Amino acid sequence: MKKTRSFFMIPYLAWILLFVLAPLILILYQSFTNSAGQFTLQNYVTYGTSWVYLKMSLNSFWYALLITIVTLLISYPTAYFLSKTKRQQLWLLLIILPTWINLLLKTYAFIGLFSQTGSVNQFLTFVGIGPKQLLFSDSSFLLVASYIEIPFMILPIYNAIVQLDPALVNASRDLGATNFQTFRKVIFPLTLSGVKAGVQAVFIPSLSLFMVTRLIGGNRVITLGTAIEEHFMTTMNWGMGSTIGVILIVMMFIIMFLTNDRKKKHREVMADEKETL
Amino acid sequence: MVKPIIELKNITKRYDDGFTALENIDLVIEPGKFYSLLGPSGSGKTTILRIIAGFTDATEGEVIFEGKKINDLPANQRKVNTVFQNYALFPHMDVFDNVAFGLTLKKRPEKEIRERVLNALKVVQLPGYANREISELSGGQQQRVAIARAIVNEPKVLLLDEPLSALDMKLRKDMQYELRELQQRLKITFIFVTHDQEEALAMSDEIFVMNDGKALQSGTPVDIYDEPINHFVANFIGESNILPGKMIKDFEVEFVGKKFECADAGMRSGEKVEVVLRPEDLDITTPEQGKLVVTVDTQLFRGDHFEIVGYDEDGNEWLIHSTNPVKDGKKIGLTFEPEDIHVMRFGEKEEDFDARLEQYEED
Repeated sequence: MKKTRSFFMIPYLAWILLFVLAPLILILYQSFTNSAGQFTLQNYVTYGTSWVYLKMSLNSFWYALLITIVTLLISYPTAYFLSKTKRQQLWLLLIILPTWINLLLKTYAFIGLFSQTGSVNQFLTFVGIGPKQLLFSDSSFLLVASYIEIPFMILPIYNAIVQLDPALVNASRDLGATNFQTFRKVIFPLTLSGVKAGVQAVFIPSLSLFMVTRLIGGNRVITLGTAIEEHFMTTMNWGMGSTIGVILIVMMFIIMFLTNDRKKKHREVMADEKETL
Repeated sequence: MVKPIIELKNITKRYDDGFTALENIDLVIEPGKFYSLLGPSGSGKTTILRIIAGFTDATEGEVIFEGKKINDLPANQRKVNTVFQNYALFPHMDVFDNVAFGLTLKKRPEKEIRERVLNALKVVQLPGYANREISELSGGQQQRVAIARAIVNEPKVLLLDEPLSALDMKLRKDMQYELRELQQRLKITFIFVTHDQEEALAMSDEIFVMNDGKALQSGTPVDIYDEPINHFVANFIGESNILPGKMIKDFEVEFVGKKFECADAGMRSGEKVEVVLRPEDLDITTPEQGKLVVTVDTQLFRGDHFEIVGYDEDGNEWLIHSTNPVKDGKKIGLTFEPEDIHVMRFGEKEEDFDARLEQYEED
């Protein structure tokens, strides 16, 4: 019995070994080697002392943060009203559907929409605002990146809201809370786990976005993802590329740690001494 | 008559799909009493509670609270509080914050909140539990917290939606006593929804029996037990032998082919009726002395009594409760007093039923 069970584990273990552990080890190894294949710490020193890389990291972080905030602001209300609609499955499908289409295709579609002769500019000309430079701007990058990430934010939040016991909402209103108070004190705190999962699912991939930065952002937005691509494909400095990769992975772990549900510390305060409410 | 605190006038609740959950419900709730809405699941009793609490709207009819129509008043402005079936305690708050929820919203001073919360916890016998997490509590303790969270707001009316149904038998019995005692101490009006007839009989000042969205009968537990209005109520409240019969004249009824003296009147002679005899009102005697003779088929020991099933010569089944066992297969006689017979007319409305009872009971 035990033997068969471990037998079925083989594909999984092999997968993990070949496609997760081995690449991780390789990246780590590469980051400590120079172009001649010798051990060195130079890559990390360069990263730590160069203003360029620091700016890039902050840039990545900043845009990932913006994308996350934008998607969250759109997704939470969407998920909330979705949970109240009648044809939930249909609406959900419509939200999931775009994720089945290749990322590059969607990005190219936006190029078509936003270009000088694209439909958006045609419309702007029609209403008399005239064609505008839409592509290769920070805002178009934000918009397209958010568009791509939104389903990954909506789904976990929607799941959390659906799992919320409606009796808790009634209980809150019964005790005198207005709709807004009910949201702030009951609905939002109890769906926070979904928000955290959504933030993880959006923020972490956003750190290393690179195709969108290039095609929509027109390389105005340089993120760590762009830098890695540059190092591996153009300058062939694999050591430096791997170093940035390691930095990204560390950043991801930090985000995972910050957004994970940690056990609430038990308050050991006596009832009579309780001050905070 | 005392001024009612809540009145439901001609309340009907219909859903979009055409299902009628409540039909022409009239209800008068007087302050300070313990009411039960009793009925099987799907009878509409919880819907009544939700309409009073403001969680759902009545399709037709008026909800009146202290003389004012409150149909359009949102739930958070109504002076009632609810104890929910599964307690609906906020899992992200500890016991103190749960109980303090209503008072915090009302922005009471912190000192007052602390005093009232700790006092409410004392009332429900959970002193020292203020800083526990909800997940650390047993079902019975959660139940008490839910009650404390409601009564701390000093509502005029407390609505309880099957609050004991998730508890085990022993705890449920204990909580019945405690709830009744609490109600009498606080003098708050309780409206208690239950499908457990024993619970309703034990705790209530007044019971509303419901089925299929209709209110069938209201009255004190004793009234409803002794004088059920129809077959459904007789069957639902306690156990009973219900037999077809015929009214011969006032105070005389015929069933199982024999004529018996009874305590009911006001019906046409020859009218077809149903007769109720409670199993505990049937006394076992020798076949010679019995008004009826039945052959014992099976008996079960129920702890405080024996539940005996027997058949008479016509094949009618009889349920008898006796403190002493009998022999299987033996013929026994059954006796009962005229008052033990309760006669029910078919399709009688509650007003007519009450009027008829009043008529001959005054004589």
